[in-house]
Amino acid sequence: MNQSVIAALATPPGRSAIGVIRLSGEGCLKVLNRCFKGTNLEEVPGNTVHYGWITDGSALIDEVMVAVFRAPKSYTKEDSAEISGHGSPFLLKRILERLIQEGASLAGPGEFTMRAFAHGRFDLAQAEAVADLIAADSDAQKDLALSQLRGGISHDIALLRDELIQFASLIELELDFSEEDVEFADRSALLRLIEKIRNRMQELMQGFQWGNALKEGVPVAIVGMPNAGKSTLLNALLNEERALVSDIPGTTRDVIEEVLHIDGIGFRFIDTAGYRDTVDVIEAMGIERTLERLKSATVVLWVMDGTEDAGLKERLGSEMIAAGKTVIALRNKADQYALSAGTMMDDQLIISAKERWGLDVLKAELLRQALAQKTDGALVSNIRHYEALKNADAALDRVTAALGLGVSGELLAADIREALFQLGLITGQITTDDLLESIFTRFCIGK
Amino acid sequence: MQKNYDIIVVGAGHAGCEAAASAACMGKSVLLITMNMQTIAQMSCNPAMGGVAKGQILREIDALGGFSAEITDKTTLQFRMLNRSKGAAMWSPRAQSDRHKFAWEWRKKLESIPNVDFWQEMVSELIIDDHTVKGVITAMGISFYAKAVILTNGTFLNGKIHIGEKQFGGGRTGEAAAKGITEQLVSLGFTAGRMKTGTPPRVDGRSLDYSKMEVQNGDENPSKFSYDTKILPVQNQLPCFITYTNQEVHDILKTGFDQSPMYQGRIQGLGPRYCPSIEDKINRFAERERHQIFVEPEGADTVEMYVNGFSTSLPENVQYDALKKIPGFENVKVFRPGYAIEYDFFPPTQLFPSLETKRISNLYFAGQINGTTGYEEAACQGLMAGINAVRKINNETPIILSRNEAYIGVLIDDLVNKGTDEPYRMFTSRAEYRILLRQDNADIRLSKCGFEIGLLPENRWNRVMEKQQMTQQMIQFFTETSLVPEDINPYLVSLDTAPIPQKTRLSQIILRPQVQIKELLIAIPQYFETLKFDDEVLEQVEIGFKYAAYIEREHVVAEKMKNLEDIVIRPDFDYERVSSISSEAKEKLKNIQPQNLGQASRISGVSASDISILMVYLTK
Repeated sequence: MNQSVIAALATPPGRSAIGVIRLSGEGCLKVLNRCFKGTNLEEVPGNTVHYGWITDGSALIDEVMVAVFRAPKSYTKEDSAEISGHGSPFLLKRILERLIQEGASLAGPGEFTMRAFAHGRFDLAQAEAVADLIAADSDAQKDLALSQLRGGISHDIALLRDELIQFASLIELELDFSEEDVEFADRSALLRLIEKIRNRMQELMQGFQWGNALKEGVPVAIVGMPNAGKSTLLNALLNEERALVSDIPGTTRDVIEEVLHIDGIGFRFIDTAGYRDTVDVIEAMGIERTLERLKSATVVLWVMDGTEDAGLKERLGSEMIAAGKTVIALRNKADQYALSAGTMMDDQLIISAKERWGLDVLKAELLRQALAQKTDGALVSNIRHYEALKNADAALDRVTAALGLGVSGELLAADIREALFQLGLITGQITTDDLLESIFTRFCIGK
Repeated sequence: MQKNYDIIVVGAGHAGCEAAASAACMGKSVLLITMNMQTIAQMSCNPAMGGVAKGQILREIDALGGFSAEITDKTTLQFRMLNRSKGAAMWSPRAQSDRHKFAWEWRKKLESIPNVDFWQEMVSELIIDDHTVKGVITAMGISFYAKAVILTNGTFLNGKIHIGEKQFGGGRTGEAAAKGITEQLVSLGFTAGRMKTGTPPRVDGRSLDYSKMEVQNGDENPSKFSYDTKILPVQNQLPCFITYTNQEVHDILKTGFDQSPMYQGRIQGLGPRYCPSIEDKINRFAERERHQIFVEPEGADTVEMYVNGFSTSLPENVQYDALKKIPGFENVKVFRPGYAIEYDFFPPTQLFPSLETKRISNLYFAGQINGTTGYEEAACQGLMAGINAVRKINNETPIILSRNEAYIGVLIDDLVNKGTDEPYRMFTSRAEYRILLRQDNADIRLSKCGFEIGLLPENRWNRVMEKQQMTQQMIQFFTETSLVPEDINPYLVSLDTAPIPQKTRLSQIILRPQVQIKELLIAIPQYFETLKFDDEVLEQVEIGFKYAAYIEREHVVAEKMKNLEDIVIRPDFDYERVSSISSEAKEKLKNIQPQNLGQASRISGVSASDISILMVYLTK
């Protein structure tokens, strides 16, 4: 049986107290150890639990408990581990990304169960049930794929893939039909094409953040002068209880971002610690550093109370927009200044965080912005697709390097095919036949 | 007259000859039946063997113990290693052959094998009993009996030749078509289809003006196809010539379109897109001002020349008028006009990977009857059909080469799993393990198999083992030996590459693209004094190092596929039991009857999740 390391979320997607990620396969402890700060997991015995942190090189991602199982005493009968982290979809995804970076691949539908089965854990009578499970899983994937089709990602990838096939067929043409009277591929044009394709893939991979956001929470930041009412607004948007629970000092729970759900779409408030304390965000850190802290935010709620310095206001506003943020400007404290909450004034939405006035209008605006983003272009929301894009990009990176060295076409072709294969995983297309089809359609070959 | 044989081979083209020879060399009594003993191993199309991907197949045939490579070497008029400017995996041997001698050498080879008998007649019927073939009946009504029958009918089954508006029955120009077998097989439940191919005119070399054409000579140091050291490369080579069509030629050809059997719908069969007729080229690629014409010698002792690139079924007078406008062809005399030929084939998804038919036991198909085109494609199928028919009679498991083992494996796997709509030709792009399937290592890949099945002589296998051993020793030496800067730097500097500052391993030095192993031998001979090697060993060592990363990656992918291929699907497996796979997949799986999960995964219409589900049922 294939023993490669696989990883997947074991608990249902969505917010929960604890989320579990499962790993299995020969070498999975080695993979895990590379992103784990704590005991050396490669040396611990099976059936033991270990405390530590999942790290991203230097930065800590999440505080976790890891249960280690040694073959054959595990669910799959292979070396396995279960990581129990905090139940934030965002953090769990970060952990999965780290594991994939270190060499794990995302488990296929039902793969854990399949491995367990292959290693003799179940009897044949249970096979049908397992098969149905896999079928159900892939149906869910199909639904997801369909919804992504509407968002345009499949279409986008298919276009990229077509361009790449044109490239590949030029190279294949050189290889299989070198004796024919055909023109050969211009290497610098090929390089430009690859660059173009890789740029688009980069965009898509960045779009992964957005696509992901729709599933797991649009990252939202709140900025404003001291006493503009940032934390009051946060607490008003979220419910009081949660804010209180999260506020207990000294627990690690307060690093979890707060999530607000509006019509099924999550809005994740980032860097909440930053504006809970009394530090004056803008003045103490300056505009540049404020923007730096806003880096991962897509939407910015800019809270003002009418006392701001006009010059500073203008500069911050234009910088945020230049940085590609969706800015919702808010005029707070309607209760103090006798303003009509829920209406617009100088492009600012009037609210009172304290009295919870105008918040429905604000929520509607947040939702509108999120949906506007969704129809804006292609979104990659599936980590499997993200992984395929990443692998395709790595293969094209090798092609670029190889072009620089002037290596022979069949070696370029090997990596181009790998890229096509990876993109085909997203669009469900097969490569070899496509290449020949493209050659025969486009070129006059044959004696 | 002997009426009982182990194996009967019907047809004596490239597939039939390899099938008869391999079966006989493996110890079986063989009857080779052909309609015309004068046309054994006839090259019906251009007089050349090998080329890109096809050259690799010939090397594979040789490594397994077949004879096509040897026959080619003995009848070569010109040899070229194509793609030499590219990497090792693309190097492809190609030979111009003496058409007449090629056929004659094959006949001599067959006559030299004691247990091959010949019979000249058309086979019109198969003797079938209880879904098993028992023999054949000829046109004269003679019955021959055998334990297995291999059909290699080429383009002869209901062959129909078209030239302009004329059409007549025939399997090749001047030869009659074969009738009866298609009708019988269809009545037994086989599906038959129609395919089309074509050839160009053949002309009088004395009427051509070669001074108006480009000369293409063979390689200065020609190589050969067979790994057998007793067989030598070609001595005296003949040139080929290149010229081009022009607008005037195209205009004349267009005047014949209203009489073209292709465009008037008289030909229903699908032709190969990569081997288009000249009328198709000017029609589909109207923007091209000219097309290449490749003038090939038919033999050393004849003036006949083959006008490659000018395949056509237009009326003969249009062919003639158009030819005369080609530079060098102003005074051309035509010997035989080009023609198109339609023939029956049987979609190859009706075969097991052993090339045995699923419907009738012990009946094998090889060559164009399976929808392929090309001498090499036909020859390798004949070889495998011969081998597997023998093994079936011996109650042994069939030899099925995998896709990472041989182009032959790719070809048969494609045929039986995907089928083909147009004549199937091998391209390197069909192989996902192109870097592994090289012409230089076919012996290493396949000779063990050839020897173990009793086809490849022992001395040939010993030679391969010796080569592998020397290669291993040399690789080890490269990995363990360090060079001191003063020894190697003069050579490195002479190549314009950076000198080494400290002791460096040979295995590192060889990785530099500019460094060549043969030059190393000259630059630092003192290092190699104790080693045993020859040119083939050096080649293996150099490729092994320089392509290591790519070779390794393909091995990893192949290994993953092997996991699937190790999961056997028993013939009686009931797909209906598996409720969760799609009905389309079920239909395809029941039809193709894959023998393992890897094969199932390559059937179009069977998805990855279908495979996952099947795996659950099958792994136990």
